Order: sequence, then C-alpha cells, then structure tokens
Amino acid sequence: MSTPTFAFSADNLAQAKTIVAKYPAGRQQSAVMPLLDLAQRQQGWVDQAVMETVADMLEMAPIRVQEVATFYTMYNLKPVGKNHVQVCTNICCLLRGCDQVAAAVKAALDVDWGDTTGDGAFTLTEVECLGACVNAPMMQINDDYYEDLTPETATAVIEAIKRGGRPKPGPQNGRQYSAPEGGPTTLTELTSGTEKA
Amino acid sequence: MLRDRDRIFTNLYGLHDWRLAGAKARGDWDGTKAILAKGRDAIIEDVKNSGLRGRGGAGFGTGMKWSFMPKTEGARPHFLVINADEGEPGTCKDREIMRFDPHKLVEGALIAAFAVGAHAGYIYIRGEFVREAENLQAAIDEANAAGLIGKNACGSGWDFDLYVHRGAGAYICGEESALIESLEGKKGQPRLKPPFPAGVGLYGCPTTVNNVESIAVVPSILRRGAAWFAGLGRPKNSGTKIFCISGHVNKPCNVEEEMGISLKELIERHAGGVRGGWDNLLGVIPGGCSVPVLPKSICDTVLMDFDSLREARSGLGTAAVIVMDKSADIVRAIARLSHFYAHESCGQCTPCREGTGWMARMMDRMVHGDATLAEIDLLEDVTRQVEGHTICALGDAAAWPIQGLIRHFRPELERRIAARQAAKIQAA
Repeated sequence: MSTPTFAFSADNLAQAKTIVAKYPAGRQQSAVMPLLDLAQRQQGWVDQAVMETVADMLEMAPIRVQEVATFYTMYNLKPVGKNHVQVCTNICCLLRGCDQVAAAVKAALDVDWGDTTGDGAFTLTEVECLGACVNAPMMQINDDYYEDLTPETATAVIEAIKRGGRPKPGPQNGRQYSAPEGGPTTLTELTSGTEKA
Repeated sequence: MLRDRDRIFTNLYGLHDWRLAGAKARGDWDGTKAILAKGRDAIIEDVKNSGLRGRGGAGFGTGMKWSFMPKTEGARPHFLVINADEGEPGTCKDREIMRFDPHKLVEGALIAAFAVGAHAGYIYIRGEFVREAENLQAAIDEANAAGLIGKNACGSGWDFDLYVHRGAGAYICGEESALIESLEGKKGQPRLKPPFPAGVGLYGCPTTVNNVESIAVVPSILRRGAAWFAGLGRPKNSGTKIFCISGHVNKPCNVEEEMGISLKELIERHAGGVRGGWDNLLGVIPGGCSVPVLPKSICDTVLMDFDSLREARSGLGTAAVIVMDKSADIVRAIARLSHFYAHESCGQCTPCREGTGWMARMMDRMVHGDATLAEIDLLEDVTRQVEGHTICALGDAAAWPIQGLIRHFRPELERRIAARQAAKIQAA
C-alpha cells in the first residue's frame, strides 16, 4: 500500500504563494491556517499528507502543523460529505427552537450528528455559536448561512440541495437580514443611508 | 431614541450598496487625509475625549489603549490587529459591519494604524464568516486600487497595508493574546500578561488589538468631533452601540442605539417586545453569554451601559441581549453554555480545563434535579475555584453564568431537586 500524498494544484499553489506574502519575511508560519484551509478546499479534508506538505512549504516541524490542524474545529480530520451541514445548538438557537430544526434535518438526511449519508452527499455536524444569533435558529451549509429556520424551511433547504439546487442563503422567512421582521424601526429617515444630517 | 442622523452604521441592514461608491455616498472616506494631517497625538486625544470604550466586551478606553504604544518606532515594527473573531454566543454585530459597511472598518483601520504607528494591519475574522471575509477583502482591494490604503494612503505620506486572516473555529481566539498566537500560526492558547501586546504582541512587536466595532466608529468620531460622540449616552459610557437582541422577543434584531438606553425600551421599541408581553419576562443575559443573567425585577429598570450593568452585577459585554420568557428552561439554557465553555477551553490551565467539564456535568444534573440541595453550594464553590485562577478570562466567563443562575434563580434549582426526590420516593 502506498502512502497517501498531497500536492496543491497549480492554481492553489499560486494562491498559496500570495497567502504567504501577506506575512512579514521569515514569518511564513502565519500562513499555516490559510494553507490548511486551501488544502481542505482542494481535497475535502486534512490528512497527514496535507500536514506534511504544508509543513514542508512553511519550513515548520510537522508536529507544529498537526497541533494547529487538531486544535481548530474547522479542519476536517476525516472526509466529509459534499455538503457539510452544521447546525448551531447554542443558547440563542436553543431558545428559538433548534431542537425541532435539528430533528427535521436529521430526518431529512436520515443521519445523526457526526454521520455522513450513504451517498457521501451530506455530513451533519452539531456546532457551537456561528454568530448569527438574531437570525436564530440557523445552520451553515459549506460556506453559506441559512437563517430564521423552521423545521419546514430547514427541510426545504436540504431537499433543494438534494435535487442539485442551491437555495438562496440568508433568512428563510423573507426578512431583511438582521432588521426586525416587518421592517426596520430605525434608519427610516435616510434614503441613501447618508451619514450627514 | 437616537436620531437617525446620529447613527453611524447607516447600512446596518444591507439596504444600500456596501462597495466603495455606496460607502462614499454615506460619508465614508470623506476628508481622511485631513484627519491624518492632524497628527498622531491629536487623533489619540480626540478618541480619548470621545469617551469611546472598547466594543469587544471589556470596555477599556480605546484612546488610552492606543496611547500605550511606543511613541516612536524602534527596531521592531508596530502592528494593528483587529479582532473580528466574533463568537460570543448572542453576538452578531461585527458580521453586519464587515458585510454591509466594510469601508468603515478599512478607513478606521488606516486611522488607527496611523495613530499607533503601524504600517501593517491584520483583521482576524472567524473562519465561518466566509462571505463576510469576501466582502471585507473586496473593500480592501477597492481601497488599495483607489489609493486610500497602501503606499501613501490617501496622499498622507503614510504607508499602510491591511490583510484579512481567517480563523478556523476556536472561540478562544477572541481573547487577544490567543488571537496573536493563532495569527503567528500556532494553537490559540492565551499568553500570560504582562507583557501586554502594546509592548510585546504580534511577532514580539508592539501591537494594538481592537474590536471591529471600536475601529469602525473611529472615522465618524473624528469627522463629527469627539464632543458629538461624548454627548451621546451617559458620562463614561458614551456614544452609540450596536445591540443584538435575540431569544424570546417578537422580532429579534440588531439595532444601533444610544448607550444607556433602558433595557426595557430597547426590547420594546426595536425587538417587538417580549413574547407574551413584558410581564412574561423571566430573565435577560444582557451582554453575551459570559455575563450573569438578570431577573425581571432588575430588567425593569436597568440601563444598557458598562457601569449600569456592572452595578447590577452583570456586564454590557458585547451588548448581546439574550431574552428568556417564562417558557424558557433557564437551567438547560445555562447548562448549554457550560457545555460550550467546556468545548472551547483551550486546555492550558488546569482549573479551566477540568473545571469547565465539572461545571457542565453538574449543570446537566441540575437540569433534571438529579442532585442534592448541598450540591448547589458545591457548584457555586467550583465556580469560585475556576474564577480568577486562569491565564485568560474564559474560566471567569464559564463561572459567571452559573453564578448568576444561582444568585437569581436558586429557588428553581431547589424546586427541581425537590421534585426529583419526591418522584423517587413515589416510585419506591
């Protein structure tokens, strides 16, 4: 059995160089997080081969890269489905009904927390606060937030993705981002949002 | 109520163009060169006089923090680091700034960097905010292309480069020294202080770390005058603030209001009131999940600013108002927070690493009343063993919500224990 290897694609290699250049000379270790992220975007997860490649590129000891990869929750240390569904269950989502939303998502995918669907299309993860608390309950699917969910709208989002669609991210109840439902109570006197009186 | 013309974040709801043209139409980048021409000391003095206190939670004076940086650049370069690792449960304000008003942050970054003598700035944004990081990067690219930052920024003669650095899902990186460690490419474990970042920060160099909102309000303060900002709110608690109102209200929302607004007015005017009416209120966590919960009796009259909430033995924190009505299972809600802290403890200090797990497990039993009455005091004691015995404030933050629960809702804990014991006796 051959050891798995990893190499950045040509595009990603160029991007990696741009990333390293953001940090002062000799401080290339700062690029470890963005490079792990880039590798994960390329192959879906971070394995030993990725860590070794990144360590080599940044002249770091492999153990230092492994420390980083295992400390931060966003690095997938095993393969995940094409759609990574992350449901927040922290306090604000809890108060707004994430129990029911989570149950609906589990039913729609027929998996429990941490599992991947048989076809490899979805992985479901319970996560901590994602910082969209006034739009709770919410879930993140890959890079997008789906907010103001009900069990019905959460299921609809999942079903749409199953059909190959990409539902519109953001609030699923039609409201304007974090404005109160029904319309803002402020900023109504300003037509273009101008700062001057 | 704050007048619209005194609001800073005029695109809070994303109704307008967030790009450079839209931002300029809203007044951003207006006379930035003249602001810089006032000089470093005058800018710091203005920010001090405005009374601006850090919007990331601790409420330390922003101008004061800037003044701790060395006056002249020595062998070590200075850095500006902006904390955009927004992850305190309940808090979702910096997200709106970064996706809908990113130029306020970029312009503020230039002014702050100039004031602290930094030629490079890093914005550390939480990794999950992918779209927000995209908008922010687009704004930085626009500002670079327009000569507003980069070489000779705004024609001021000052060079300033600004970079976005994405995190990867660790709450602890919101602590400034953990953030610096993370930015250096390491595990995000807090450093012992002193030395403070102004002396030894990023790469061992003098560094100022500020919250997104603190930086983003600076251009408006300097354009409209320190007196304008200081005239809003209450003494030592001045200015405007973005409040995030979540939980059991009819209309959860973000809103920019005057510091010192009453909690009741904030909820009733902007968030559609408590579900079922004000009298259906159980309690409020007024400043993000790390601050103690307040019962309705205090919520009736408390004002939303640093000092008022401190007097009420809670805190303004990030001004994330988490509302619970009488249907809330408040013990479960606090237990959920205990699990959050256990999950997010970086593991460096024993009292926090072990204590957060202890507290979470004890809280789980309290949810079901599966405890003895004496264990309430034991739990309180455990929180005191953690609080103040760790390098950073995560241990304190894990302790305070439980202390608030015991202080104000002890009868509910006792009721659950008694009910559980009665059920056991009946079963036997």
